[in-house]
Amino acid sequence: MTDWFVRHNPGLQDEPFVLVAPDRGRIVIKASSPAAGVLGIEPGMVVADARAILPSLQVFNEETSRKDKLLNELAEWCIRYTPIVALDTSDGLILDISGCAHLWGGERLYLKEIITKLQSFGYQVRAAIADTIGACWAIARYGRLTAIIEPGMQSEALLPLPPVALRLDTSMLERMHKLGFYQVRSFINMPRNMLKRRFGLLLLEKLAQALGEIEETIRPIRPVQPYQERLPSLEPIRTATGIEIALKDLLETLCLRLLQEGKGLRKAIFKGCRVDGKMQQIEIGTNHPTRNASHLFKLFALKINTIRPGLGLELFLLEAPVVEILSMEQETLWNITQGSANKEVMNLLDRIGVRVGINAIHRYLPDEHHWPERSVRLSASLQEKNPLIWRTDLPRPVCLLPLPERIEVTAPIPDYPPMLFRYKGKVHKVKKADGPERIEQEWWLEQGLHRDYYCVEDEAGARYWLFRLGNYGEDKPEWFVHGFFA
Amino acid sequence: MGPANKGEIIEKLQKQILSMQGFRETAAQGVSTGLGPLEMAFPNHIFPTGAIHEFLSPAAEGAAATTGFMAGLLGSLVGQTGTCLWIGTRRTVFPPALKIFGIDPDQVIFIDLIREKDVLWTIEEALKCDALSVVVGELSGITFAESRRLQLAVEQSKVTGLMHCFNPLKINHTTAVARWKITSLASTMEEGMPGVGYPRWSVELLKIRNGKPGIWELEWSSDQFRNLDKLNPVVEIPFGRTA
Repeated sequence: MTDWFVRHNPGLQDEPFVLVAPDRGRIVIKASSPAAGVLGIEPGMVVADARAILPSLQVFNEETSRKDKLLNELAEWCIRYTPIVALDTSDGLILDISGCAHLWGGERLYLKEIITKLQSFGYQVRAAIADTIGACWAIARYGRLTAIIEPGMQSEALLPLPPVALRLDTSMLERMHKLGFYQVRSFINMPRNMLKRRFGLLLLEKLAQALGEIEETIRPIRPVQPYQERLPSLEPIRTATGIEIALKDLLETLCLRLLQEGKGLRKAIFKGCRVDGKMQQIEIGTNHPTRNASHLFKLFALKINTIRPGLGLELFLLEAPVVEILSMEQETLWNITQGSANKEVMNLLDRIGVRVGINAIHRYLPDEHHWPERSVRLSASLQEKNPLIWRTDLPRPVCLLPLPERIEVTAPIPDYPPMLFRYKGKVHKVKKADGPERIEQEWWLEQGLHRDYYCVEDEAGARYWLFRLGNYGEDKPEWFVHGFFA
Repeated sequence: MGPANKGEIIEKLQKQILSMQGFRETAAQGVSTGLGPLEMAFPNHIFPTGAIHEFLSPAAEGAAATTGFMAGLLGSLVGQTGTCLWIGTRRTVFPPALKIFGIDPDQVIFIDLIREKDVLWTIEEALKCDALSVVVGELSGITFAESRRLQLAVEQSKVTGLMHCFNPLKINHTTAVARWKITSLASTMEEGMPGVGYPRWSVELLKIRNGKPGIWELEWSSDQFRNLDKLNPVVEIPFGRTA
């Protein structure tokens, strides 16, 4: 916390200062700088006491929630080293590095890389690698000898540490101190039932967790994607060409994996981690499951120019959050029987979908409704077969207004078409007319008046689809124009 | 060299020019649009596919007539298995009505865009895809530069593009192979019969490259175009009569 403060106020380097916050009417120290820590000024003290130790102590107010935010940001930054990063209590991060260290040339180099990077930001960090979370926690905070514990050696490594390294609460620690248990070695070999009797079940649990006898789970800040490929780069990448090469590489590995598992992706996200810890990402969706690397690359290529590399991108991620089964047979079928034509159309629609949004693409199938607006439905997919027939026995206008528009008419009652009507300020004299075709509101879907439709032709030869809403009664019914015939 | 001989040579040279300009001869493409005598106006007397056609319509009623005429063309151009893309910003086409003009509405994929800027991009991309049969674009107007890009796209892919300019503020010079203007005409019924007859249009071919422009009167009846010059009195049940 104080390191962050120093980063933003470089003049405070090596100065004793504290960050404080009010707590139950007192001003309590929340974090102290290393220089202050040497003098015995520690978090939890009251500012007045600290001032007694060091009158020249500098005091700054702590911004609430700054700490969590900072830790979260660091955790996000650490995602470049492993996909599974979790927050620990309030001042630590847990990284699950299974299968990650070899990418940096072994655990030692891996750890060194993380520590030097964080130190170059100005943070003082301690880190450790061990089999269990408990042992790791202990070594990182209280370990003196080595930061990397070989597999199975955690019990030896824990022996010289104080009991506080086992994540115990203060009352238990006080009791241990009274009994003279200054190191873990003094009680670790005691019979378990005795320890349980004196200190309760919690101690046994923590001990077992540290030794790896009980499983301990962590909650990653980002859920791990099952289909994800990573590509760290040696040097930060800033050029579009570099990004393209990285994307091609990732697409090839991902598509190979999808091929082996008989899957195709419907949605993919390409992410780049920037040097300054920000994340850049672009997203594509496809109309049908695909694992064609060159096609996917074309889709991404439309969006590459939206990536802002800043000072450079260090790590590239390719995720496929939505995958569907795409069997081998299906793929060959596409190519042979349907012709490559269908596939090409799909690829075209994917490109259009990426550019203007997938919601712009519509295909219609007939639906069994009389109400004109409901007589078509959107087809679920572009391959869906039409189970019904398109009806042609009733007149339907080639252009239908999205919403019927009001018109003023002169019509003889009760059932005759209008003699003339005014639409958009222009009077049309009706020369020929057909109808009415009564269409009832579908009461099981919606309540409302029925419509009596007329096809009319005016003196200029233009043909309209008009309707009267409801019957002639006490009120004059309203007339609308709903479409234009060819 | 006699005059008959001269005429032959001229015709031969004309054909050569046509083939150099990309017009295929004879029925290799073989799409009969059923336009009847109107086809005599086209080069080689065949409806030019793999080219851009421009349709002008000033008002909403006129747009409906043009849409109907285009749908009638689509029926023969797309065929049974082809796919057609219909691209525009404010589409009013009612899919079920397309069936009346001989094209299955489920063969048409509609792309409804919001920005005018995207329309041209999408049309160009679609015209480059040779798996499509026809691309219908609805635009407010088209400039020379835009039409040239579209022309370059169709020269590669041989896709037919029907561009419907529904609100041309001014008519630009374009590279389109043909420019059409469709207006609806009053339908006729047999003497004394009530009701609205078959859709009837005055089809103006304002411009046709290497062809002869002209005006025709066409009617859409019994699933085909019918030229009104040799029309007999209609006796079928009129279109538009409710069942």
